[in-house]
Amino acid sequence: MTLSTFPDLIDHLAGIEPGDALDGIRANRPQARLHAQQSYVALFDPAPPAGDASQFAGAERFALAVFVAGLHGQADIAAFYAQGLSRLDAPGSLLEAVAAEAAEGAARGPYGRHPAGPLSVEDLPGPVHAVAQERRALLGARLSAALVHAHLLVLHPRDAKAADLQALLDAGWSTADIVTLSQLVAFLSFQIRVVVSLRALAGRSATITSA
Amino acid sequence: MSNQILSHSDNVPPNAFTQAELDWLPWLEPLPEAELTDRHRAGLVDASRAKSAYFMLLARDPDILGARTRTDKDIFYNPDAGLPRAERELSAAATSRYNGCIYCASVHARFASHFSPRSADIQRLLDEGVGAKLDPRWDAIVAASVALSSTPVVFGTAHVDALRAVGLDELAISDVIHGAAFFNWANRLMLSLGEPCVPR
Repeated sequence: MTLSTFPDLIDHLAGIEPGDALDGIRANRPQARLHAQQSYVALFDPAPPAGDASQFAGAERFALAVFVAGLHGQADIAAFYAQGLSRLDAPGSLLEAVAAEAAEGAARGPYGRHPAGPLSVEDLPGPVHAVAQERRALLGARLSAALVHAHLLVLHPRDAKAADLQALLDAGWSTADIVTLSQLVAFLSFQIRVVVSLRALAGRSATITSA
Repeated sequence: MSNQILSHSDNVPPNAFTQAELDWLPWLEPLPEAELTDRHRAGLVDASRAKSAYFMLLARDPDILGARTRTDKDIFYNPDAGLPRAERELSAAATSRYNGCIYCASVHARFASHFSPRSADIQRLLDEGVGAKLDPRWDAIVAASVALSSTPVVFGTAHVDALRAVGLDELAISDVIHGAAFFNWANRLMLSLGEPCVPR
């Protein structure tokens, strides 16, 4: 089964079955439902790029998704994306390393600094992620830099600076692949929130589970 | 394509939330208009978006841009029942205020003011933050948007009950969920790929 024929992923992750009340609710916004799914396919089963060849490998995409779901404390969503790593025959040590990074990077967001001025009284401190020294060789420079950036986007996006994109360029990310990486992390921040919140709307409590 | 950062060292980004119109400066080179193909145009959806540095930067991956834009439009513009447009914009503005996206907040605060029209209440949301007391219905929508935008997500059945108590039906609650969730996508792109600026 390819990703493009997979049943609607938000329905799948939220436990929505055909004929459920929420199936009917979602049917009122058919384009949003369709294109949330198409977004998932575009990011995780992409067509060849429009411009220069992409270096953003499938295993990097699924590894980042495991990390992002883990930072959100959503073990079941992380497990879903871990299956993607398995399908790509990624070594188990990669999954273990990304899961360990998520566990160490977990925090409560959003935090960070506003531009200096009247909003500075609302600045909230929080951690800047650093990949553990013992995992850097296994993860490599590209994925290590992407994990740091994903942590920034998930937990303290208002801290983002141009220098953070320079760090990605320095690690070998192209301009186009940085756009895709940013979309992937930002899309997951949407998808995970829809899944968790639709579960609550269906009357299932939004229990935080640890990764 | 240049793989280097664009510097805007002369820009002083706005340091307060506002309903005034802002511009946005990219930190990476947008796709030049001369390089647009049909696939890029399909991703932009609206031809006028070729004039936007933000959308032309995102057009470097046109497939995800096109899917994102079509998701966005149905969540906010589909007129078929559910949450009134003003309150979909309120969820977007509250989410942007909470995440700290001054640019996104300016656009959607302006839209919320236009459609409600409760510009003074929207201004208090911007000035005082997501704890501002507006009225029971708006407070429930803002609180739900904030809970959903927190990491980990803390939106739960209590928020659903609070939204029902102020008169939202299931589709309207789903619209709050999608409006706030979508701005967790949009805010992260706007905040991390460039910076706002005051139009000259």
